[in-house]
Amino acid sequence: MSATENTGAVMVVGGGVSGMQAALDLAESGYFVYLIEQTGAIGGTMPQLDKTFPTNDCSMCIIAPKLVECGRHPDIQIMTLSKVLDVEGVAGDFTVRVKEYPRYIDQQKCIACGLCTDVCPIKVDDPFNEGMTIRKAIYIKYPQAVPLKYQIDQQACIQLNGPGRCGACAQVCPADAVNFDDREKKHSLHVGAIILAPGFQAFDPNKNHILGFGHYPNVVTSLQLERILASTGPTGGVLTRPSDNKPVKKVAFLQCVGSRDKNRCNNEYCSSVCCMSAIKEAVIIKEQLPDTEITIYHSDVRTHGKDFDRFFIQAKNEHNIHFIRAKVNAVQPKDKKGTLRIHYANEEGRQVNRSVDLVVLSIGMETPDSAIRLAEKMGVHITPDRFASISSFMPVASSKKGIFACGAFNGPRDIPQSVIGGSAAAACASMMLTTARHSLTHRPTSAVETKKDQNKPRTGVFICHCGSNIADVIDVNRVAEYAKSLPGVIYVDQNLFACAQDNQQYIAQQIREKELNRIVIAACSPQTHEQLFRKTLRSAGINEYLVEMANIRNQDSWVHRHEPEKATDKALDLVRMAVAKVALQKPLYPVSIPVVPEALIIGGGVSGMTAALNLANQGFPVHLIEKSNLLGGNALHLFQTWNGEQVPRYLKKLQEQIYDQDKITVHLKSTVTDSSGQAGHFKTSIKTATGRKKIIEHGAVILTTGGKRYIPNEFGYGKIPNVVASIEFDKLHMHNEMRVAHGKSFVFIQCVGSRNKLRPYCSKSCCTHSIQSAIKLKQEMPSRRIYILYREIRTYGQRERIYNQAREMGIIFINYDLQGPPVISEGENGLIVTTRDHILHRPMEIETDMVVLASATLANPESKDLAQLFKLPLSSDGFFQEAHAKLRPVEFNTNGVFVAGLAHYPKPLEESISQALAAASKATALLAQESVELDAIVAHVDPAHCDGCAICIDACPYHAIRLVDHAEPDGTAGKIIEIDPSLCKGCGICQGACPKRGVYITGYTYDQLLAQVDAALAPIEQNPAEILKNEQEHG
Amino acid sequence: MDSDVKIIAFCCNWCSYAAADLAGISRIQYPCSVRIIRVMCSGMVHPDMILHALNQGADGVMLIGCHLGECHYQDGNYKALARMEILEEILADLGYQKEQLQTTWLSANEPNMLVDAVYDMNERLLELKGTVGK
Repeated sequence: MSATENTGAVMVVGGGVSGMQAALDLAESGYFVYLIEQTGAIGGTMPQLDKTFPTNDCSMCIIAPKLVECGRHPDIQIMTLSKVLDVEGVAGDFTVRVKEYPRYIDQQKCIACGLCTDVCPIKVDDPFNEGMTIRKAIYIKYPQAVPLKYQIDQQACIQLNGPGRCGACAQVCPADAVNFDDREKKHSLHVGAIILAPGFQAFDPNKNHILGFGHYPNVVTSLQLERILASTGPTGGVLTRPSDNKPVKKVAFLQCVGSRDKNRCNNEYCSSVCCMSAIKEAVIIKEQLPDTEITIYHSDVRTHGKDFDRFFIQAKNEHNIHFIRAKVNAVQPKDKKGTLRIHYANEEGRQVNRSVDLVVLSIGMETPDSAIRLAEKMGVHITPDRFASISSFMPVASSKKGIFACGAFNGPRDIPQSVIGGSAAAACASMMLTTARHSLTHRPTSAVETKKDQNKPRTGVFICHCGSNIADVIDVNRVAEYAKSLPGVIYVDQNLFACAQDNQQYIAQQIREKELNRIVIAACSPQTHEQLFRKTLRSAGINEYLVEMANIRNQDSWVHRHEPEKATDKALDLVRMAVAKVALQKPLYPVSIPVVPEALIIGGGVSGMTAALNLANQGFPVHLIEKSNLLGGNALHLFQTWNGEQVPRYLKKLQEQIYDQDKITVHLKSTVTDSSGQAGHFKTSIKTATGRKKIIEHGAVILTTGGKRYIPNEFGYGKIPNVVASIEFDKLHMHNEMRVAHGKSFVFIQCVGSRNKLRPYCSKSCCTHSIQSAIKLKQEMPSRRIYILYREIRTYGQRERIYNQAREMGIIFINYDLQGPPVISEGENGLIVTTRDHILHRPMEIETDMVVLASATLANPESKDLAQLFKLPLSSDGFFQEAHAKLRPVEFNTNGVFVAGLAHYPKPLEESISQALAAASKATALLAQESVELDAIVAHVDPAHCDGCAICIDACPYHAIRLVDHAEPDGTAGKIIEIDPSLCKGCGICQGACPKRGVYITGYTYDQLLAQVDAALAPIEQNPAEILKNEQEHG
Repeated sequence: MDSDVKIIAFCCNWCSYAAADLAGISRIQYPCSVRIIRVMCSGMVHPDMILHALNQGADGVMLIGCHLGECHYQDGNYKALARMEILEEILADLGYQKEQLQTTWLSANEPNMLVDAVYDMNERLLELKGTVGK
């Protein structure tokens, strides 16, 4: 097929977080996207969640900006209530038939006023609240839904099932949006690639009334609990016993319901996320009700992700949550009031029962049948665990060319992995369709800014309740009343969620109608939401910089929860400060600079090579910097992936591809020494192999500097022969060295250097690695005795299969804890490992030929220098700290710099490759632009005050200021400073140094800061309405 | 209320403002007395601004920036530190006490340090206010 036949559009099937991310990345990279969603609104599972681990961010709050972005992107067409029927054609040129079910509501007309719902007589269980509340037959999926358009439940509606019997909604609809004659439509769409992101469905314990679910009201699923804890949920976030609304004193979380279970269901795999989600829910309960006794009954606590183990330790030590390794086998009623009794065998093997008020079933993930059918229709292969069959080396490519897969469809995974997968799939589709980039997208139309005078403030204040996050603590009505009394404020409004898509339109509408030209959003943090509201201002035709946020959530309601009055007083101050500051704000116009469409990738391991190839194949020249003398990084020591694919062969192919690709320049034995510039145009110096300095100009940077391996100083490593680290063992094993070949007994010790006080994190890949080695040893010689001494086996996801295989083969797993590690001594016939038998609870000795230590993955110590150079944060464990643990897993707050692989956190190969592709996707979105706007927050000179003293010139860290000749008003020759806006970073150090107020940072001028100080310190004057009321009351 | 103090805290955008947000996300509770003003860099805060805040009745002023050596703008916090040291020296001459000023360095993932600093300052100012009042 000739390249020109590629179609510049992509279909993304599934509107959850993974699909949304794929859609956004593709649209940003120059492709038109059809986002196909089965239900009436996009968002997937995330909107249902209360908070997200391990930061306990409010789930709705972080997903809302992404929903809005998808909703308003001109190159994303969201098709709700739609299903893919079939696919024809080949990669680059598919024709997809899509069936769109009737909504019975005209989306163009519906204004989402909700009058229809009020009059609708039909009530059905609300699946969004997991059946714990009812909704009407005409409804929206959830309050922040995108698109925010009502829909009619065809099965429940009486009018649709018997015309003439109701029609109440149509009668009250002020927009004439109800259309009972709506019929299903079929669309035939041409796309170059397809991304499958159908997500998961939660395991349904109701089928067999597992563990009393469905029989006893106080047995709930983890998703139901999520809704109960959510402030927008059925109980407004208050946890009581569902049976009688009495206080909950004792809670039991039962893990692995519908996962790691071949008996009750056929789900052999681990669902990966339930341990963390249970701990998160337990912590939220503890925060709400500190006296609650919470126990988590688990098989292994699988907290393998970044900062997860810290969260686990905190839950144990600070929140006093109990963890018991036991499988609960029965839940029965204890009394008639609702108290339950759970039965389990404790670690001594004795049968124990406990009475509890609430049982939470941590339900696992499954692929819905509809997704399996769709995959089969498309010819996409499925694994025995019913997930998309993918190679570790191409972790988002399905078995069918041109069809990609991401999210939980590729195996159970959490939000960041799904986001990474979405971006990675976008990178692959983008690479395949490069020749058709920008062929079907709309050129961004710059909004026409109003000609009206923007100088005299007409301020609008919007106060967000954030569900109950703000409104539960702060008296929002008082804040609203008060805001009305502030100077320049002509309009005040309140929103349940200011960030919801309909509120963006609403705010824009108010701006136009009330002719507002200054906006204060009293809500959460500008760090996360300022960009969103800026775009809203732009869409309303006023300068986007005329908005200020008052952070009354993160810095008020959340941190003063027990002092509502003082918190409200603080909110009044914060709003007043924002109103005072924004009044002095001037419209700003950023400067654009052309993008250098080249990338610099630091680190030539698999992550770096993967990102380099992807970008180069998209036509962007890449400089790949590697400090050693060959490419490959840590993967050079790897043998096979978890599903048995050969790494050395793959690595060789990858190296060849790199050297065959003209657009990649490999710089071996080179290091980065300096860097300046910003997203779109960096200038980075490298020291090459010959010791020469070379300057590279590039638009984006990807950091793939990898990790280091831990050299153990415990277990006699380096002192006792035959105690080896796993990587060394692999080499010995590969060459069938004598000690391995003749060995009859092997002991693997897990968590060597990981999960201890010094490094409280899990190295993620070692459990799988040891089990694989053990299986191979056993396969070679079944009579070998093999022991794995572990603290927690973390074969998450579909890796569980090899854990089961190992146990079936007779490999012995023995648990030990951090306080009582095994001891190794030299015996007459080899080594003796002394540990404690965790079942019999007595010391045991194992005679063995070899001990293999699963040693930790460490952060690369050189990250520190790069972090300094590019101004990036590092985590406490020394890994690069991404911009947001959930939704921005490869980005930093510094634009144009991305991270992937072990530099971010220990992970197995396929996760590194995914992340590298995701980083490439983010870089593509930047490099595909012709120009980028520089931040408008830069320094300006005030000629009325600057006397050319030049103090600022020395203070400026970027040499952005120089002294020039200047004619004073009286005609005499003088000096004045001049600022280069392309060099200025807006730090304002000049402003802090200037003795004459001759230089200012737009957005943070001296006067604006002063206004904030004054506003913060002025006494709160009673607002006029109250004064009036008081006067009336007291005569 | 008499027992209340008011603290103005200048927080740099990159470390301390982010840490204050994280304190919220982590629900770490701290005294209501602090009013955070977001600045791009601690080096942006002019010493006049700090004196102005005290003059307008702030019980205390905090300047919170990135750890020394980790400034997002290379060395803005060193410049801030130099100014704060001079300010502290002349504070008494201007009729204020050195307890009314506090400089803190922390990183974006250290909300506890920020909270501890606010607690410290709050306590100190309450004490100060008590003695001054008597």
